Amino acid sequence: MRGAASSMSVLRPRSAKEALAAYAAHPSAIPLAGGTDVMVLWNMGLLNGRTVLDLSGVSEWAKTKKTPRGLSLGALITHQGLQQDAVVTTRLPLLAQACATIGAQQIQNRGTLGGNIANASPAGDTFPVLAVYEAVVSVMGPGGARAVPFSGIFAGVKKTTLAPGELIASVDVPFLAKKPSRQLFRKVGTRLAQAISKTMAAGLLWLEGGRVEELRFALGSMAPTVRRLSAAEAYVKGRKLDAKTVEEACSLLEDDVSPIDDIRSTREYRLQVSKNLLRSFLS
Amino acid sequence: MIKLTVNKKKRSFAGHPFKRLLDVLREDFGLTGAKEGCGEGECGACTVLVDGRPVNSCLIPVCQAEGAKVETVESLGTPDRLSRLQASFLECGGAQCGMCTPGMLMTASAWVKGGGSAEPKAIRGALAGNLCRCTGYQHIVESVAKCVKKKARR
Repeated sequence: MRGAASSMSVLRPRSAKEALAAYAAHPSAIPLAGGTDVMVLWNMGLLNGRTVLDLSGVSEWAKTKKTPRGLSLGALITHQGLQQDAVVTTRLPLLAQACATIGAQQIQNRGTLGGNIANASPAGDTFPVLAVYEAVVSVMGPGGARAVPFSGIFAGVKKTTLAPGELIASVDVPFLAKKPSRQLFRKVGTRLAQAISKTMAAGLLWLEGGRVEELRFALGSMAPTVRRLSAAEAYVKGRKLDAKTVEEACSLLEDDVSPIDDIRSTREYRLQVSKNLLRSFLS
Repeated sequence: MIKLTVNKKKRSFAGHPFKRLLDVLREDFGLTGAKEGCGEGECGACTVLVDGRPVNSCLIPVCQAEGAKVETVESLGTPDRLSRLQASFLECGGAQCGMCTPGMLMTASAWVKGGGSAEPKAIRGALAGNLCRCTGYQHIVESVAKCVKKKARR
């Protein structure tokens, strides 16, 4: 079966206020941003008969604002828009790098940061980066606005913790207080473009006097949701990164992830490559 | 009524706002250059430019193209008067079965117009969202590089 346009109802709000009111009135509507996930399902005929809440006219959610601590990135900013933003590329370079690996330019020109989060794929390319930058998701809904730490936005595969009627307005990303000694974004897939990742990593490391002051390391496609390696992060804190410490951190990696065998890869491969990424980042 | 500009002509569409841009172009405006390949945003056969940027027209409901400037392969040249890019594809054998060609041409035209380089690796990156199942990539990359070089000589 194919998507049938005549079976669809489309709501086209022109402001955040209108969007929230329309969603409250049609709680089963499907929010639509860049369409790079929703329209794939629709093309397969899986969304026929539904109501779509087209958010593309909500211009106040498509802007970047400087905040005292960092950047507030509007949920409707495209992956391409983030790569073009000079503040993002200089202050949040891992985010620009992650956005450059999403699909290819046709997808980057449409797909949005908020849509990527709302879709809640275990393989969402921006997620490891937002996890290590410790982003906060600004959500608006019938109960007003609330701020959700990135670590609390996902409930599982394709599930967020958004309440009924809530929409993502922006993603607030703080600048790093101190320049990291090392940083990493790496996506591992069948090819550079278009592939959905087998595993991907984002890392930030601060060294002080030869010892680890702080490590932040997150893996995607390695569990139902993106995971920070809290056991490995805690273990290396205050230690010198000698071979023994690095190996211990790599074995602790397994405490925080639960990779599976699927059409893209195997549990064994994902674990091995993820450990290799952590080992080379720390070595 | 949805108003948009297609190949520099003002057009309006009175049908369903959730009809895909690809289908509106093909069925309502008679512009059959853009093709449907995968319907998943993987193959790029449906690539058109919206406000100058390559996008998959199979993933865009026409209501999201309201007020936009859309360019399809029909905007490039005519059989008697090929564009520089089309002529380069012809000279280098950049088209085989032709299914991917309109999408390749549109992504490549944005690349050339945007001042993209003739460096093969960079061209391959720019065309990463367009698949050629004849696997004729080498000649396609050469076609784009040739066009960039011709443009530089002018």
